[in-house]
Amino acid sequence: MITYRPYLNKEFAMSLSTTDVEKVARLARLAMTPAEIETARSQLSGIFGLIEEMQAVDTKGIAPMSHAQDVAQRLRDDKVTETNQREAFQAIAPQVEGGLYLVPQVIE
Amino acid sequence: MIESSLSQMGAALRAKKISSVELTQLYLDRMAKLNPELNAYITIRPEASLAQAKAADARIAAGTAEALTGIPFGQKDIFCAKDWLTTCGSKMLHNFVSPYDAHVISQFNNAGAVNLGKTNMDEFAMGSSNETSHYGIVKNPWDKARVPGGSSGGTASAIAARLCAAATGTDTGGSIRQPAALCGISGLKPTYGVVSRYGMIAFASSLDQAGPMGRNAEDLALMLNTMAGFDERDSTSLQREKEDYARDLNKPLNGLRIGIPKEFFAEGLGSDVAKAVEAAIAEYKKLGAVIVDISLPNTRLSIPVYYVLAPAEASSNLSRFDGVRYGYRAPEYTDLADMYEKSRAQGFGAEVQRRIMIGTYVLSHGYYDAYYLQAQKIRRLIAQDFVEAYKHCDVIMGPTSPSTAFKLGEKGDDPVQMYLSDIYTIAVNLAGLPGMSIPCGFGDNDMPVGLQIIGNYFDEARMLNVAHQYQLATDWHSRAPQGI
Repeated sequence: MITYRPYLNKEFAMSLSTTDVEKVARLARLAMTPAEIETARSQLSGIFGLIEEMQAVDTKGIAPMSHAQDVAQRLRDDKVTETNQREAFQAIAPQVEGGLYLVPQVIE
Repeated sequence: MIESSLSQMGAALRAKKISSVELTQLYLDRMAKLNPELNAYITIRPEASLAQAKAADARIAAGTAEALTGIPFGQKDIFCAKDWLTTCGSKMLHNFVSPYDAHVISQFNNAGAVNLGKTNMDEFAMGSSNETSHYGIVKNPWDKARVPGGSSGGTASAIAARLCAAATGTDTGGSIRQPAALCGISGLKPTYGVVSRYGMIAFASSLDQAGPMGRNAEDLALMLNTMAGFDERDSTSLQREKEDYARDLNKPLNGLRIGIPKEFFAEGLGSDVAKAVEAAIAEYKKLGAVIVDISLPNTRLSIPVYYVLAPAEASSNLSRFDGVRYGYRAPEYTDLADMYEKSRAQGFGAEVQRRIMIGTYVLSHGYYDAYYLQAQKIRRLIAQDFVEAYKHCDVIMGPTSPSTAFKLGEKGDDPVQMYLSDIYTIAVNLAGLPGMSIPCGFGDNDMPVGLQIIGNYFDEARMLNVAHQYQLATDWHSRAPQGI
């Protein structure tokens, strides 16, 4: 078992509030009961305790690294390459009708 | 036959000493006997596998067989395979029969290989113990009370139990190397961009990489020859000359410079693991290698950086699962937002929801600079550590995992403890380097220990050479669990 002591900087040491977690659950489109929010709050606070160690690192002048290889995004020719497979794709959809995906009504 | 290497199996098939149908049936019989307890496979379709075997036999008879033709492989359930249930270990995809093949699956199909089944995994590859799968825990064949590791735990368990000749895995933070170590097999995560991610269900796109898992380095080289290569359907697939990854297997290791990072042998490493790894390094000295002390000073930061970047990418990738076009939809809901929220809450397991929430939080307004941007900057520092280290050595070696396989349920309630078990593997993904794990002995409770070999970018052929030479001199890789 690793014994690991996250750097505890008071300025950054954080504990998430119930409101924070409710907001994140809403943004992430996850329905959660008050009890689940509470469990998530305690577990996420523990994980952020681990993450906070980053805040003590001086990264002035360091360029962010978004990708493992420094290569430019490849572009392809603007032409149709895929065949229409609507039936195959819709065969595994939860609800379809007349070639359309059905969802609850959003506009009255 | 099940102890033969892939090249021996291929030769036996081409010499018609055994047919692919016979070989496939041999594995299917073993799976019928052992899989109910190990749970290494989620989906098995004997008719489909045998149909492929029959086609392979026809190809062998026609004299157009390739190296892997007729050999039965397991495929991690993260790869979409046409007409196969493809669940990614999640309830969210419990009914997803893929309408298309992932690039990796096409490559195996084109080579005439047989798909034996879809191997179990942590849900959406998020886990280090295979305990987050919706389809049940996987057991380690060396001790069925212990985890096989994760997320490619089903693949590792199946290989150790000889329920396939070899199988595929994917590695975002150690998901090939750690289960390989815990199950006493070999596994290789290639350089980022070497194997196409097309049709491989995305977890963290800037880190995900598919690779081969098997019983020895020679087998991995053959598999990588089939798996690697440019694919225009993956925008991060690298355009490179095709190479033969087996070309250097037999080179001697005289003068090989092995870098040993002191951070990998610091506090937290199990003494049984340290002992086995140190013995392996001593063996390499006998084979002519030179040991160089190096430092990867930012190693401990790789965990916080990873647990910002991977969840951030995952929260974005997993937003596609909304119950509209495929996958799980909640049975009852009031409106569209309610349908999204209930489908996702019921379809995703606890660990996946946890990571989506971390990712959503670190990307949310007001926190982006402090978390996501800061993590990306430290990611560069971690990658630079390796660039500096490779000025002084050819490969880097150390333990794959700080401990041998832990008991099922042991770390279940504490996500932080589970995350810490990836300390030696994560930095490799952040840098985009190739890494592998090979068996190098046994620790406490007679559980296997893995030696990690980290290579420089595109140095897979050398790493396979380094592993193969060790496997010629030792026999850890050919040990099998009792009762197998």
